[in-house]
Amino acid sequence: MNGVSFDVRPAELFGLLGPNGSGKTTLFRILSTLMVPVAGRAIILGHDPAQDPDELRREIGVVFQAQSIDLKLTAAENLMHQGHLYGLRGTVLKRRIAEILGRVGLAERARDKAETFSGGMQRRLELAKGLLHGPKVLLLDEPTTGLDPGARRDLWQYLRILREEEQVTILVTTHLMEEAERCDRLVILNEGRVVALGTPAELKQEIGGDVIVMETKDPERLAGRIRTQFGVDTQVLETQVRIEKEHGHRFVMDLVQSFPGEIDSVSIAKPSLEDVFIRRTGHRFWTEEAKESFERKDTKR
Amino acid sequence: MTAAIPQGNRRTQELALPAFTLWWREIVRFYRQRARVVGVIASPVLFWIVIGSGFGKSFTSDSGTSQHYLDYFYPGALIMIVLFTSIFTMMSVIEDRKEGFLLSVLVAPVSRSAIVLGKVLGGTTLAAIQGLVFLVFAPFVGIHLGFSVFLLSALVVLLVSFALTALGFAIAWPMDSTQAFHAIINLFLIPLWLLSGALFPLSSASSWLRLLMQINPLTYGVEALRSVLYPASRGEFSLVASMATLVLFSLVMFGAAFVMVNRRSTKPAA
Repeated sequence: MNGVSFDVRPAELFGLLGPNGSGKTTLFRILSTLMVPVAGRAIILGHDPAQDPDELRREIGVVFQAQSIDLKLTAAENLMHQGHLYGLRGTVLKRRIAEILGRVGLAERARDKAETFSGGMQRRLELAKGLLHGPKVLLLDEPTTGLDPGARRDLWQYLRILREEEQVTILVTTHLMEEAERCDRLVILNEGRVVALGTPAELKQEIGGDVIVMETKDPERLAGRIRTQFGVDTQVLETQVRIEKEHGHRFVMDLVQSFPGEIDSVSIAKPSLEDVFIRRTGHRFWTEEAKESFERKDTKR
Repeated sequence: MTAAIPQGNRRTQELALPAFTLWWREIVRFYRQRARVVGVIASPVLFWIVIGSGFGKSFTSDSGTSQHYLDYFYPGALIMIVLFTSIFTMMSVIEDRKEGFLLSVLVAPVSRSAIVLGKVLGGTTLAAIQGLVFLVFAPFVGIHLGFSVFLLSALVVLLVSFALTALGFAIAWPMDSTQAFHAIINLFLIPLWLLSGALFPLSSASSWLRLLMQINPLTYGVEALRSVLYPASRGEFSLVASMATLVLFSLVMFGAAFVMVNRRSTKPAA
């Protein structure tokens, strides 16, 4: 990682968006006190995770991508165990467990073993674990991994409620554009660097107008001709030529008429976060390289 | 939603309570897995009968006593059961790490010693229970299991379990696969046990083998147990010396586990 710097405001739902291998997980490990950075520092609530991990650990809640609940224990037992780790006990802990299970909608299943839960319920139990001790800051690493769209939506809805009603500051990593859209603000990471920082709307605004994407056999040649003929910036990605243009729908007509037979297909869309990523990095969100490094990491684990 | 964290004794908060809860989890996990419970009862019986009676024919003690080999083998078999159980319970360290459970413990405000203590005491409890189950067979080899004999045996079993579980923990901590753990453990287990006086007495070994056996800490476990169970037999070392060595062994192993856990680095902790 290199030159990654950003601030998260209190009670903000902040996203860390990046493809696999972009440094999200490394950053997450540093913030959650699991890893000491080689250089640089992080400050959360006035604590440096490298210098002062114990104080920080009391005040943050962490939800990992991997499953940390014990499937052989019941929901309540999992939380009992977690509470003890955080110094909670007795009736205080019991009350707190009942409260948090109610919040994540698992009150009815408190006495059931976690192995009988669906994926979405297990994730909610993870969340309950992270929230049990009432942290001011909640860190979540790819919290929706392995969830179906419905459960995914529920989880994000719950994060928003948490932010609004409890003023919890939430930092969440994701590699999904549609999740990043739901954040208040986000950073986009690529190969260990920050490529963009702002609200989703701000980031998309910097792309003036619409995004036109054309499929063609010889993208370099087409791009060159479009540049000379229309004087617009073009970007070549594999077999595609991309153009950002205001009032794109009119421009598309001109393009198609000017280069008959050369354009296989053309599409026009409002800018997405992926367009922001492409604009800033010059390549797609999912590159072959990133995929490979992801697979390498996968086999290693 | 602020949870009132009792501002009690910090040490209790960071050490005793977390260690207790980690211990409790080991025990709950154990009895929820029926196969493990069955194994605890069945394996000692099978082991002792099959190996003991098989060896019995081909073994003659040169000490001149007419002790049946099954009797001689009894303390060694007990230690072996404890040895296997203690070390293998610590495979759970690797599983915890792989599943992500360990991550959630590592980011909790828990001192690392609590993690060692909780896991090691959990494994110790399970191994000791298994050892004590095997003690039930003592009357069959003609041992009168009085209260004091039982108490002393239990103490030996506990010490051996604790030391070996700590050893298993220290080995398992840096590992990321159970296969690697198996490979390393087999390297340890078999020689450790073979050269512990469990199978043949020190007095019958050649001088260099004898030296190895004297270095082997497990020898003192077997010796201590033998002199508790058969007070009449003349042991190699006094009970007090054996016990002292076991205590030392336990402390060193626990220290090793403690050192392993406290390494904090720029590499991922889990």
